[in-house]
Amino acid sequence: MAEFRMPALGADMDSGKIIEWRIKPGDKVKRGDIVALVDTDKATIEVEVFENGIVESIVVPEGETVAVGTALAMIRGEAEAVAPRAPSPTPAAVHKPAPPSPAPSRAPLRAEPPSPPIAIVPPPAQAPAPARRSLRVSPLAMRVAMDLGVNLLSVKGTGPDGAITRKDVEGAAQAAAQTAAPAAAQAQPPAPRPGEAIKVVSMPRAPAAGDRQAAMRKAIAAAMGRSKREIPHYYLGTQIDMSAAMEWLRAENLNRPVTNRLLYSALLLKAVAIAVRQIPEMNGYWVDGVFKSSAAIHVGVAISLRQGGLIAPAIHDVDKLSLDEIMVSLRELVKRVRAGILRSSEIADATLTVTSLGEQGVETVFGIIYPPQVALVGFGRIVERPWADKGMVGARPVMTATLAADHRVSDGHRGGLFLAAIDRILREPQKL
Amino acid sequence: MTDVEIKSLVLRELKKIAPEADLEGLDGAADLREQIDLDSMDILNLAVAIHETTGVDIPEADYPRMATLDGAVAYLRSRIKAK
Repeated sequence: MAEFRMPALGADMDSGKIIEWRIKPGDKVKRGDIVALVDTDKATIEVEVFENGIVESIVVPEGETVAVGTALAMIRGEAEAVAPRAPSPTPAAVHKPAPPSPAPSRAPLRAEPPSPPIAIVPPPAQAPAPARRSLRVSPLAMRVAMDLGVNLLSVKGTGPDGAITRKDVEGAAQAAAQTAAPAAAQAQPPAPRPGEAIKVVSMPRAPAAGDRQAAMRKAIAAAMGRSKREIPHYYLGTQIDMSAAMEWLRAENLNRPVTNRLLYSALLLKAVAIAVRQIPEMNGYWVDGVFKSSAAIHVGVAISLRQGGLIAPAIHDVDKLSLDEIMVSLRELVKRVRAGILRSSEIADATLTVTSLGEQGVETVFGIIYPPQVALVGFGRIVERPWADKGMVGARPVMTATLAADHRVSDGHRGGLFLAAIDRILREPQKL
Repeated sequence: MTDVEIKSLVLRELKKIAPEADLEGLDGAADLREQIDLDSMDILNLAVAIHETTGVDIPEADYPRMATLDGAVAYLRSRIKAK
């Protein structure tokens, strides 16, 4: 029996709200199926399941917000025999909503034909038994906590059943202000330890557009703040003559119907993915004090939203895709980002990120690494500049490529080789 | 197709691409990209949408002629007439 947990959909996500279950007990699921819609600060995410099996039970009902790592549903592997009855919930595991707030509905919100009642079971007791803490928070207290930047995990509740009240939050904020300086570092909730499920019970409430915007700003601030605190960045930049790439692209697109045309962004993504094969210390994650390089090359693409904000979902295995396939993925991705609906797999697992400021932007971008990744490649606007080549000066389309990389993992020399490899690859676009 | 029809077609597709943009206040003679913050992906999607609705395949070399709303209407009129 496997727990299907709230996935961490990026470094800036602490919790998510189940807005819809697409499965019910007894359903067969297979790897990659979309099983739930989860609302995060940045977008609505279609959460995919990682394995084949049969849904045993739904643990967290629709409308509830829970921390990353919380068991959401129990899924029995196909090979597994029918599991013995789950032990009856221990009192500690049964969480009741805080009395001051109206009880969140336990029943699924969708109207559907009578189906077996949804069993709410605790994670199966395994040794060591996972500690399960239920946070009881009134909606008002939660809002105040968000406004004041108070980490609810550090607040001691004094309300009925240990519920955290608005007073508790304000008290915690005051205490934090008095201890001053290190407050910023503490404002970040600790990542849930494996085996520890933290449950935040709150009233379901659909975020208004303005709230989403504010929440996204906050999420970006948290991730970028963490990056700047923890990652010793170094920055490199180089100018790349794009005449070969742009000429190749122009000729290529001339023969293509509008529906199959390529954007130069596709070339950039492929060039980065191929270059990073040669410099693997740019591709992977910094986790628990060590660098884990990734064999797969999943390139995060920073996509800006017109109303402000930024999401960097990944295109998977870019090094193995053709330019056409990259283009299809890119179009899909931009469409979904702008619509605000993304898939869990594409939002969670970029191994490095590319940001391209496009034609309207500036020439140079100094990126901030998206933790736990260790490198970010930036491309500026392509501009026509005088360029000397073989003793002759001519006008060429020139693009500035930059690298922000993690000094805990690599040094400027390797970073320089990485940028040089990107340059070399872009000069031979026909090989892409 | 009349100019009014072409214009409303372009505006309708722009609305799909940039739902949050204020299209009422567009200056027909000013750069579209700057006014509603379009990137190359948006321009490509606009070209694809126009192709799907009118059958006109806009070559990349003609993109500059689509830079403003007025320019786009004039360009599409000539292309549709030529068909």
